[in-house]
Amino acid sequence: MFRMNEHQQTLMEFMRQQSDKLLVQTLQHIGLTFISLFIAVLIGLPLGIYISRVRKLSGPVLGIAGILQTIPSIALLGFMIPLLGIGAKPAIVALLLYALLPIVRNTHTGITGVDSNVKEAAIAMGMNKWQVLFKVELPLAMPVILAGIRTATVINVGVATLASYIAAGGLGEFIFGGISLNNTNMILAGAIPAAMLAILFDFLLSLLQKLNFRKVKGAVKIAPVLLLILSCFYFIPSAYGSKLTAGFTPEFMGRQDGNLGLVSKYRLKIHTIVISDAVMYKAAQEKELDVISGYSTDGRLKAYDLVVLNDDKKIFPPYYAAPLVREDALKKFPQLETTLNKLSGLINDSVMTELNYRTDYLHQTPERVAKDFLQAKGLYKAPQQSNGEVVRLGSKIFGEQYILTNMYSMLIKGYTKYGVETKTGLGGTKIVFDAMTNNQIDVYPEYTGTGLLAILQAPRNVINRLQSSKDSTYAYVKAAFAAQYKIKWLKPIGFNNAYALMMRRQQANELHIKTISDLNRFLNTK
Amino acid sequence: MIKVSNLVKTFGQTHAVNNISFVVAKGETLALLGTSGCGKTTTLKMLNRLIEPDSGTIEIDGQNILSQAPELLRRSIGYVLQNNGLFPHYTVAENIAIVPNLLKWNKAKIETRTNELLEKLHLPKEYLNAYPAELSGGQQQRVGLARALVADAPVLLMDEPFGALDNVTRSKIHAEFKLLDELKRKTIILVTHDVQEAFLLADRIALMDKGQIVQIGTAAELLFNPANDFVKDFLKEQHLQLELKTIKLGDIWQYLPADGRRINTSQLAANAGVWEALDTFKFYPRENINIINQQTREVRSVTFDQLMSAYSRFKNHVPHE
Repeated sequence: MFRMNEHQQTLMEFMRQQSDKLLVQTLQHIGLTFISLFIAVLIGLPLGIYISRVRKLSGPVLGIAGILQTIPSIALLGFMIPLLGIGAKPAIVALLLYALLPIVRNTHTGITGVDSNVKEAAIAMGMNKWQVLFKVELPLAMPVILAGIRTATVINVGVATLASYIAAGGLGEFIFGGISLNNTNMILAGAIPAAMLAILFDFLLSLLQKLNFRKVKGAVKIAPVLLLILSCFYFIPSAYGSKLTAGFTPEFMGRQDGNLGLVSKYRLKIHTIVISDAVMYKAAQEKELDVISGYSTDGRLKAYDLVVLNDDKKIFPPYYAAPLVREDALKKFPQLETTLNKLSGLINDSVMTELNYRTDYLHQTPERVAKDFLQAKGLYKAPQQSNGEVVRLGSKIFGEQYILTNMYSMLIKGYTKYGVETKTGLGGTKIVFDAMTNNQIDVYPEYTGTGLLAILQAPRNVINRLQSSKDSTYAYVKAAFAAQYKIKWLKPIGFNNAYALMMRRQQANELHIKTISDLNRFLNTK
Repeated sequence: MIKVSNLVKTFGQTHAVNNISFVVAKGETLALLGTSGCGKTTTLKMLNRLIEPDSGTIEIDGQNILSQAPELLRRSIGYVLQNNGLFPHYTVAENIAIVPNLLKWNKAKIETRTNELLEKLHLPKEYLNAYPAELSGGQQQRVGLARALVADAPVLLMDEPFGALDNVTRSKIHAEFKLLDELKRKTIILVTHDVQEAFLLADRIALMDKGQIVQIGTAAELLFNPANDFVKDFLKEQHLQLELKTIKLGDIWQYLPADGRRINTSQLAANAGVWEALDTFKFYPRENINIINQQTREVRSVTFDQLMSAYSRFKNHVPHE
């Protein structure tokens, strides 16, 4: 009970502290939902009416709308980027495509469901086809059409949380930022308002649906105006411009060793939009963004010809990768530590970037990349017969981790008699680390910076004391993990996958920007 | 006057209406009678262009109906549907006002006319703001009738108008229908599968089968001069009842005993049917009914036996086939 209260307290504190952002995100969220809903009604209603007239078309049209709805939201947003870039436009189009099916389908169902006797009476009394539509068919179909709009609204409120992936804002910024940062309050600060919006709009529309015919007439007239007003919410948080546009991940936005550090240490002022890691590099290459927050060993750095800006004030702590192992697993599997340490010191930044490039850009399987590398280093051995004991390997959900996990799997199978079970793609840090503390996995590759900041959530004075030094950071997390979690950091693999600001090589050269301070100077010159 | 010539309509392979022609005089009521699928409803719907014929012509008062926009044509033709087809989202008043609104009548005129019709159709005024779902089947059908009559169109088309009603309600509405002055000056075409209804309400009956008119004529002509076995068979089951209803007391006048008026007895006009006279007898000893011939002011008094004997003598003299 006590802990519960403490928890509530901090969530309220967080929301109060971030109330400006929360308001902006909520307004953007409502705006996004209703702009797309409004356009979906403008398209869906006439389309639904049309296919109820031309029955031949109803099958294909409903089929296509149905298929659009089965495309995963993230994928649909991804498809939009080459067509419409990033920001509000592609998000609105994606949301509108989702809202289309329930509106078209219910309009069609509603209109074809009107009693044929009533329709015949309307025609027989001398109504023309528009009068039949507006005075008979639409009013009688209205409860069904409203049910469709209600479904579409709730879908839109949900999918709009994903809009933050492509820099369109909304409550997703908190939700996905919170997931990345292992910050429950931040997740809840986004998720609770989003859920409440869905419940609120669902409730209001259910009231509208229950009105009798006479009142619906009035309500239907007000609806478009209301939709327009709600749509305008999106534009209230006015955009501010600067010479360059930065795209940062939600995680980067909320971190001291991220945007917060850029602002406090460099006094960097740049027009920033929040965007998902998945589309950020592509957006940079396509000149939608000029500066992005990436990882220094990312394969796309090479693929898209980006350069890392030198962190001359040392705000990004080192992220040296090393295998993390449960201490009880080390006891259970005596040969495990030496086997995993065979990789230590073998992979530097440029080697890792190259390996990542092969998986991310050349689309080679992580397994092949891992095997090629081990063979080139003379480390590869054919798998031995397993003795039945199984080491459980985990990884986060990106290519570099897949490659490392594959290498470890091959090493264990080649040099020991242990079997291997891999659980790859365990989402973010929180998910994979929880899996480890709950004894679901024995080993996964982690980064010193993540251990220090995301898992240990080390106090500010400790971070300052470590002064972004590679060795002192490693020593600190190693000691702290052993004491707190009984988990051991093995020897670092060699590369430093730290946060970095990056730009297109050509633009950086043209503007003579090599360091973050150079970038800041450029932005500050009028 | 409605003149239908050589009307043909096919749906795929089916000849729904196969070359039919007939004329309905002004103020006359014609029943299109037949089993389902005989083409009677298709014929009716071609009259207000709900269905367009493949060939043939329809003239109303000498004007080809194709010469007018269908919407305008329909506003001048009343239409009553089997399941009333009332707008569920309109009140009774709004339903009745549909055609007047299309014709752009002013509010006062619509209100006056609506009140007039409600009174004639025995509908309480409180129903004006009710929705159709709140009314009984019989009341709904009356509202449907009011909606068809409100603009006082000279032609009224009725598609099985009483088909969905229970027997008691139907007979009640039949009786009201006969008395309604609004209907007396209208040219009415009534589609029905109910022989009794056709005999009761129509001046002439067109018996249809397989898209064609088998026989068209008055009730008596169909009964006593059937064109073929189909007509005879169609009427066979209810033949006696139809006869008793069709033959009027005036028809058998000459066979009634020339007895004078009795006091304390029921009275009937000579234009009533024999059925009605039988219905009037209360069956007590030495009962008599006075029958009054309106033209001659003559009165004849009959007992049940005397009435039946006159009926059978009349029947023996009716020329058959």
